[in-house]
Amino acid sequence: MKNRAWLFVAPVLLLVALNALVPIMAVINYSLHYSFAGSAPEFAGLNNYIEVFTDPDFLGALRRQFLFSFCVLLVQIPLGILIAMQLPKSGKSVVVCLVLLGIPLLIPHTVVGLLWRIMTVYEVGIISKIFSYVFDYSYRVTQNPVDAVLTIFFLDVWHWTPLVVLLSYAGLVAIPDQFYQAAAIDGASAWKTFRYVTLPKLRAVLIIALLLRFMDSFMIYAEPFIISGGGPGNWNTYLNQYVARKAESYELGYAGAASIAYLYIVVVCCFIFYTIMTNLGKGIKR
Amino acid sequence: MARIALKSIYHSYTFSQKDAEKMSIPDECVGTEGFVVEDLDLLWEDGTANALLGPSGCGKTTILNIISGLLRPTNGTVLFNDKNVTGYMPKERHVAQVFQFPVVYDTMNVYGNLEFPLENRGVSKKDIRRRIETIAEMLDLDDKLKAPIGSLTPAEKQKVSLGRGIVREDTAAILLDEPLTVIDPKEKWGLRRKLREVQKELRITMIYVTHDQHEALTFADHVTVVKEGQLVQTGSPEQLYADPNSPFIGYFIGTPGMNLFDCVLTDAGLQSGNIVIPISEAIRSKLALTHGSSFQFGIRPEFVQISAPRKEKWHPFTVTAIESLGPYKILTLNSNDVEIKSRAPEDMNVSEEDHVWVNFPEDKSRIFHKDVRLV
Amino acid sequence: MKKRIIFLVCFYILLMFPIYWMIVNSLKTENEIFTMTTFFPKEITFANYIEIFTNPIWTDSLINSIIYVCLNVVITLLAAIPGAYAFSRWKFRGSNHLFFWLLTNRMAPAAIFMIPFTELYFTLKLFDTHLGVALAHCLFNIPLAVWILEGFMSAIPKEIDETAFIDGFSFFRFFRKVFFPLIAPGIGVAAFFVFTFSWVEMIIAKTLTGPLAKPMVVTIAVAQQAVEGTRWGLMSALTVVMILPGIFVVYFVRHYLAKGFSLGRV
Repeated sequence: MKNRAWLFVAPVLLLVALNALVPIMAVINYSLHYSFAGSAPEFAGLNNYIEVFTDPDFLGALRRQFLFSFCVLLVQIPLGILIAMQLPKSGKSVVVCLVLLGIPLLIPHTVVGLLWRIMTVYEVGIISKIFSYVFDYSYRVTQNPVDAVLTIFFLDVWHWTPLVVLLSYAGLVAIPDQFYQAAAIDGASAWKTFRYVTLPKLRAVLIIALLLRFMDSFMIYAEPFIISGGGPGNWNTYLNQYVARKAESYELGYAGAASIAYLYIVVVCCFIFYTIMTNLGKGIKR
Repeated sequence: MARIALKSIYHSYTFSQKDAEKMSIPDECVGTEGFVVEDLDLLWEDGTANALLGPSGCGKTTILNIISGLLRPTNGTVLFNDKNVTGYMPKERHVAQVFQFPVVYDTMNVYGNLEFPLENRGVSKKDIRRRIETIAEMLDLDDKLKAPIGSLTPAEKQKVSLGRGIVREDTAAILLDEPLTVIDPKEKWGLRRKLREVQKELRITMIYVTHDQHEALTFADHVTVVKEGQLVQTGSPEQLYADPNSPFIGYFIGTPGMNLFDCVLTDAGLQSGNIVIPISEAIRSKLALTHGSSFQFGIRPEFVQISAPRKEKWHPFTVTAIESLGPYKILTLNSNDVEIKSRAPEDMNVSEEDHVWVNFPEDKSRIFHKDVRLV
Repeated sequence: MKKRIIFLVCFYILLMFPIYWMIVNSLKTENEIFTMTTFFPKEITFANYIEIFTNPIWTDSLINSIIYVCLNVVITLLAAIPGAYAFSRWKFRGSNHLFFWLLTNRMAPAAIFMIPFTELYFTLKLFDTHLGVALAHCLFNIPLAVWILEGFMSAIPKEIDETAFIDGFSFFRFFRKVFFPLIAPGIGVAAFFVFTFSWVEMIIAKTLTGPLAKPMVVTIAVAQQAVEGTRWGLMSALTVVMILPGIFVVYFVRHYLAKGFSLGRV
């Protein structure tokens, strides 16, 4: 029995371990050494980590990253639930609605970046034209930090809200009608029905949606790079890109330490989310 | 507390109410496809324990939802204490419903669940507390008020959903939709008894929907049997048992159901295969009034008289199966494709393939014609 | 009811507008894109598409993308189905921790891991091969597929397995005849997500490929930097082409998708 279980998970473990263990060992190894191009690496202890956590650029990128992920979740999750609640539950239109929702998800990050870049290029893109005609505002992604940050934000909302919608929709249709009938009989208002019936029943899918969106938004990379090269200044430089820059300039010790710190931060955050969400509202009076 | 009446109710999930108004339902649509409830007139007296019994898919849940106001019937009126409530929302009708599976609010504890319907109606905190304490005690939930809902057994959860209904003092009726479906067999009996107790104590109108005749007969004072969206018979459990008005009721109620077989009226009596059941003149004259000569003969297994030694004028049958049920046993008997069941005392000495002699006492026999009882 | 429809229409217009805009741009001439704002091309040109489908740079990389993504979907599902079955049916020592550990692999920031990754795949002699990229994408796709499938499988009562075994089904026959049809919608949903994430992934694909297996995402990214600001029409057409295989997949699994989503287990 137990042996059979291990036999079944063996391919999964093998494939993931191949891709995960060797590189992570190597990265931990980098993070513990100073390395300079052309010379042998030298043991550094935790110095690289100290450097990472005292580096204002890293901390800045980390702060921007948290702010970005927080805003993205704050908008996408409620918006996704709201839209999912408006979708038809049965009929021919269901398939059309779901398929259309799937389209943005299928576009590679780079292509999404490109698509939005085409729309926001100064004086050529449709969005910058709308801004200049309608609001008489010159929308310049490469020069105005506010424009740049907002573009990335709306791009991510556009690209990934459909994922939250799809997941929430799956959760919604699984709620038996009887729960809504009971709430109607108990005289619950629309808000209370949502708060005490819909939301608790969506818990499982919302955990998935929240974790997926958190992980992926925390690793945003290609889009800001394509839209504005991470600029103006460092305004659109998020953690992944910052670390990648260091890796590309062969500061392996620093980049390794930053990556491990970064991974650790994501895992801990996910674990906290997961624990809070699974225990939320259980056994509490109201 | 309310007396509930349904007047010429029709319901279809395919026709909307607008369609129905256009085509004046009762004339055009009787017997049409798509109607789950047809021409239903029912009455439930105030403060009674009632059962709504019928096979799966007969429209029971639809009827229940029409009473509670979750569904608006395509045609007909719903009266609560002679007041027309057809257009009322569930909340305005003050009915409570207990569903097939426990419907409870996961994020609240037992107290929160019981408090919810009162709070939504703006009852004061003090009254809520007083009310919940009374109800919790009645349902044996008083030591579980602080417990999270997730820690309860299905039976306790069902009690909580019943509690949400009776905690309101203005509840007109409680509708129970097969409430024992997911309950452990061991706990079914206890929960059913509790329901009955609560009904007696509060004198509240309860309508208990089930497909299980045993549950219906043990719970209710008054049973309504529905088949394919139409009323078949209504009455006390004893009435339904002793005087079924159709072969369907005869077979549906009682374990095992009534013995039924087709027969024709001849000069000698009622004949089925080579069995001829003699009938009295009084009955013969009754049967002669109806057209045709084909009838259905019915008799309950416990009224079938059997004898191992040969008896004059009794009918020969072969025992094909014996099922022992403790104090008595059920024999399956066969004679030229007429198969009947009979109840015999446990000590009766018979075995399979034996020949026995059978008599159908006239006063216990029922004769049906085209699904209607004649005698 | 009315309000709901208006809301949905607005949402779908906003959702589809960028895609519409891209399609329109891909059919315009470069001149039109730069000189005027038109919601429908004045002069429809297919030049961009003709260039994409006749230039081997684009066709080769498109084929490369399709090959490794399909390979990845197959490998991922083959590994994840039994894995998810084990997680959903048996509680074994450490199964919870193992599950969370699997998920953490989705969270690894790709950039730095690329250096050892490249070395690893060089050693395995899989650098610049389709199989290499397909195996590497298992890193984030297997956890996802196990996660989704485990949900679907847990929704199917264990009694079904037991009944089948009592009826004398061998394990593989049970899987093929009984279990597989039951979780088909789940596999459809998992396949869709696996396809999507492999199709859109760039960092790993870029590092592990050379001239032989270079995928579309990478070629586009390179071209975008090279022809900066000049060929918007071509870029738009490329974007449209990138979406097409995905739409084909969605169309192919649409019933499974709808059914899978309506089962409520994702």
